[in-house]
Amino acid sequence: MNGDLSVIISGFGGQGALFAGILLCHAAVVEGKHTTWFPSYGAEMRGGAVNCCVNISDYDVPSPIIDKADVVIALNDASQEKFESKVKSGGFMIINSSLSHLQTKRTDINYIKIPLNELAQKLIQPAFVNVIALGAFLEKTKILKIESVKQVMKEMAKTVSAKKAALLPNNLECIDFGASIISQRMVTV
Amino acid sequence: MAKVLVKGNEAIAQAAINAGCRCYFGYPITPQSEIGEYMGKHLPPMGRVFITAESELASVNMLIGAGTTGTKAMTSSSSCGIALMQEAFSAMCCAQVPGVIVSVMRGGPGLGNIAPAQGDYFQALKGGGNGDYKIIVLSPSTVQEAIDLTYRAFHLALKYRNPVMLLADGVLGQMMEPAEFGEYPYKDPDVTQWALDGADNREPRNIVSLHMPEGEMEMLTNKIFEKYEQIAKNETTYEDYLLSDAKLVLTAFGSVARVAKAAVKKARDNGMKVGLFRPVTLFPFPDKDLHETAVKTDMILDVELNKGQMLLDVRSAVFGACPVEFYGRPAGGLLTPDMIYKKITELYSKLENTEAGVK
Repeated sequence: MNGDLSVIISGFGGQGALFAGILLCHAAVVEGKHTTWFPSYGAEMRGGAVNCCVNISDYDVPSPIIDKADVVIALNDASQEKFESKVKSGGFMIINSSLSHLQTKRTDINYIKIPLNELAQKLIQPAFVNVIALGAFLEKTKILKIESVKQVMKEMAKTVSAKKAALLPNNLECIDFGASIISQRMVTV
Repeated sequence: MAKVLVKGNEAIAQAAINAGCRCYFGYPITPQSEIGEYMGKHLPPMGRVFITAESELASVNMLIGAGTTGTKAMTSSSSCGIALMQEAFSAMCCAQVPGVIVSVMRGGPGLGNIAPAQGDYFQALKGGGNGDYKIIVLSPSTVQEAIDLTYRAFHLALKYRNPVMLLADGVLGQMMEPAEFGEYPYKDPDVTQWALDGADNREPRNIVSLHMPEGEMEMLTNKIFEKYEQIAKNETTYEDYLLSDAKLVLTAFGSVARVAKAAVKKARDNGMKVGLFRPVTLFPFPDKDLHETAVKTDMILDVELNKGQMLLDVRSAVFGACPVEFYGRPAGGLLTPDMIYKKITELYSKLENTEAGVK
């Protein structure tokens, strides 16, 4: 896919919203694209709300702060509430339906509801919701190759603790699984 | 060397290390705390000095101490923390002590908020310290430029024996984007002719900012201002983006300039002759170049994330050569390419209507 894409990834601290954004950005660098990552910062803490803005583009990225996003990934209900109005008309929102039962409010955007926690629990453990969501996002947008993200994961595994590095196979499995949710139409797209 | 994905604050810290920064003194404050965190992790294992000072006032006075020995040193803070350091900047200019200060602007006035802002242009350029003095101020607009200008800050501080400030903001400090470190590209001057190094087998030296004898202060200030003239002559830098045929020229600095650039590009795509003049050095301000640009264009639009601060320097440089408009928002506000583009179209159609009226 050419052109550019902006995505806001949001959740509560510990769900890996910020890390999912960093993975995306690294993968964009692998593919030689322009990219920026910008986190909510300051008074954030585990359990509190966090989000990051990621831009991926074939051109210079003007502002790393996203006013209206092509895509929002909401990993919990508070994120859905906060960012539903921030999706561009015609864009879409991935909602973690395990943690959000809020009514959707807009008719000019698409919603993809995925029970991320249930799926992650079945597969490994809920800590992987971010990676599964990322897989679904990539399969839907095709903005970057899943392979690029996997390459980043493999590189990162070399620099982290042995305990974290041992989770590499799970991460690789989860990103593929996330993609299959979309490609095999396991949810309404 | 390949590009790496790096956070602005960490890029500045790593660039400082590459530049040979031997001492870092700081006190944490959002949105720049990662600089101290990074330095704390990396400097001690290299045998260099990292101190979490008891206050900003302490940090900057430690910076003076390191500077008097000709040692490359740095402190960093944000808006209200930089406010506390102003007295020392004045003293450093008077005593001609080198040092690098990183200011990552947040919202103000007061303790303000932690959102990105550009409200400290006056603080950096017009200073809260006493007396006739100027600090060199460099304004990066990308993470790559934050690295390049950190290198330059260390070099200029030693070259001119003057404090140098890298003026960034919360956007640049917190964002990640791909950048390349390369190597420290400068050859620094010899400091042994003036630095305090123990007076072994030589006359004692005294680096002070108190000059009581009649005439001494005036003579020194004149000498220091001759130095500032040299700095203006040698170091003035700005970016010219599509200026040559522009009928409307935007002026912007720092992270806002990249947003303005996107708006200018969109205007060009829609057939409007618009350009961007981006000062990279805020002191020395590129006033001659901006004046020449103003003579050739029909209007200037200054865009800032404040209530109009660089605006004064822009107006002063333009000196009536063309009308100057301002568009900005204070702390907590956000400027998007579309917002700036809307302002451009509004002003541009005014220009075209005036032209049609004249014909």
